[in-house]
Amino acid sequence: MSDHEYTPSSKFGKWFNDRLPLLTLGKHLTDYPTPKNLNYWWTFGGILTFCLITQIVTGLILAMHYVAHADLAFGSVEHIMRNVNYGWLIRYVHANGASMFFLAVYIHIFRSLYYGSYKSPREIIWILGMIIYILMMAAAFMGYVLPWGQMSFWGATVITNLFSAIPLVGESIVTWLWGGYSVDNPTLTRFFSLHYLIPFLILGLVVLHIWALHVPGNNNPIGIDLKKPSKDTVPFHPYIVIKDLFALLIFLIVFAFFVFYSPNILGHADNYIEANPMVTPAHIVPEWYLLPFYAILRSVPDKLLGVIAMFGALFILVILPWLDTSKTRSAIFRPLYKQFYWFLVADVLILGYVGAMPAEGIYLLVARVATAYYFAHFLIILPILSRREKVLDVPLSITEPVLGGAVSASAVRQKKDKL
Amino acid sequence: MKKFVIIFFFLIFSNLINITSFSAEKAATPMSPGWSFKGFFGTFDRASLQRGYQVYTEVCASCHSMKHLSYRNLSQPGGPEFTKEQVKIIASQFEVRDGPNDDGEMFDRPARPSDNFVSPYANDKEATAANGGAYPPDMSVLVKARKGGADYIYSLLLGYDEPPEGISLDDGVYYNKYMAGNKIKMSNPLSEGIVEYSDGTQASEEQMARDVTTFLSWAAEPHLEERHKIGFRAIVYLIIITILVYFSMKKIWSRVESEV
Repeated sequence: MSDHEYTPSSKFGKWFNDRLPLLTLGKHLTDYPTPKNLNYWWTFGGILTFCLITQIVTGLILAMHYVAHADLAFGSVEHIMRNVNYGWLIRYVHANGASMFFLAVYIHIFRSLYYGSYKSPREIIWILGMIIYILMMAAAFMGYVLPWGQMSFWGATVITNLFSAIPLVGESIVTWLWGGYSVDNPTLTRFFSLHYLIPFLILGLVVLHIWALHVPGNNNPIGIDLKKPSKDTVPFHPYIVIKDLFALLIFLIVFAFFVFYSPNILGHADNYIEANPMVTPAHIVPEWYLLPFYAILRSVPDKLLGVIAMFGALFILVILPWLDTSKTRSAIFRPLYKQFYWFLVADVLILGYVGAMPAEGIYLLVARVATAYYFAHFLIILPILSRREKVLDVPLSITEPVLGGAVSASAVRQKKDKL
Repeated sequence: MKKFVIIFFFLIFSNLINITSFSAEKAATPMSPGWSFKGFFGTFDRASLQRGYQVYTEVCASCHSMKHLSYRNLSQPGGPEFTKEQVKIIASQFEVRDGPNDDGEMFDRPARPSDNFVSPYANDKEATAANGGAYPPDMSVLVKARKGGADYIYSLLLGYDEPPEGISLDDGVYYNKYMAGNKIKMSNPLSEGIVEYSDGTQASEEQMARDVTTFLSWAAEPHLEERHKIGFRAIVYLIIITILVYFSMKKIWSRVESEV
């Protein structure tokens, strides 16, 4: 991080900076050389930071009015919606904010997959990101339980029951998780406690994620290593700051449409019915962002294997840098990988779709095929592609394709020969 | 390939809205009579809300509670907007149990505007027992708690019919074509002229269904008008600032020979 010395101009600044080099950090952040060819898919990092802060701030205010008690939680949410000043706005921002957070994180992850951002030397950034993603799902799941509606209650019952699949100790673990013999008040209070904790864990990991990013610097659409700073880079401020801000504002317009004009469209109507342990909803469906994993879980006939498959689907992403060993990062120069990348996108969308449908008939069959393909993509296709694929020639710098018009393979080869 | 994925994505997205439409039994698609509170500038029809309150309190409230609302809500902006005096009179018609007083005794007193709507039954169990084993759901957020929302509630109120041949109904069970499974334990609550509107509106079944659904929609979402108003301003503001930031960005990036 300290790749350049910085001396503050004021005397006080110097005195302070010698003791705590915050100003050096600030200077590093503004000067941070960033590839100048980053496209808008790269703006989602900033958008995600915004989402996290929004969730923490709105969540903090909601927690001032919310009551974590099985008999009072539902009513306290209605109290927020009706009596707290702008409580409806804060709650709708928080609830839709979770969906927007996941929308952004999925784009961020798939951007990484397309441009090979998980590859050396950025494996740690990727793994930290995956831990953040897993924590996000835990936080979102627990947050969905807090209003204590029907989907809250039954979602919590279904998900916690997954742990009963563990041989021998499964049942005891579930009882321990619940704090009783069914999902009840102790479950709600501990979920509230954890729901409050996890965002701060995520915040810490985000700091590490960005720190780890600032060591090698950003990947870029053509996926080459850059000399920094050079003609290929621009300082983070003002170039990237203004671009991120522009993208964030577009994102906020979409966000605002959800919050103000269809605040409940992403939720389930049943969650406006107070939790009732005696009545099971016709179909228990998780929030949309968990559907692909829910589909994987249900596509395996055996409970334990289903749970393993679901967690395996996540774990496989963590070890991705060692499954895809191709030296070429960007899909732009990997014609076959590019095809399979879009197959994977379609596969995950299909999984999400069948996850929302009842697990029977054609849906179950499709879910099984899609699950098998999901694992095949990472365990079979990627390792084979890494060895067999004929990649295109990669330009030597960002300026080159710009100056020479389109990237022409022959031109690049000529340049290489000269060098 | 990319195009295919995008098309696919839109197909899924258009389906998301209907994602839970797979009821076990076929229920008819709800009617859409058109509501004044839908759309970007949607607001409630004041007169309809006031009539709707009358239908609720004279018909529905004999079984259905509305425990998350207070009488004072009836005079709040964006609602039925009864005057404060009217609300005091409305509230005073109900009795609430209060206490303990200085002698340690519970006592009954007329409700005040700050009190929550008085429930028809002491508890859920009593409500269930009094209604043939079917709990009449609390109506505070009923419109949001049903897929199809206002359209569904409206249709259900008008969906009572003679059962088609081959369907036998037990005692206390009624046929309703919009109910999942077509069987409902609530008897047809509305009949021509069951309430007498004070503003002289003809109390037809359609009119009452429309009014009470409007009232229930407001009850479920009392800040809807404020939300639409703030939302419109927020989005206009966001669009303006987005345009300004766009041109600032173009200006800043003009210093480097790279596109943004």
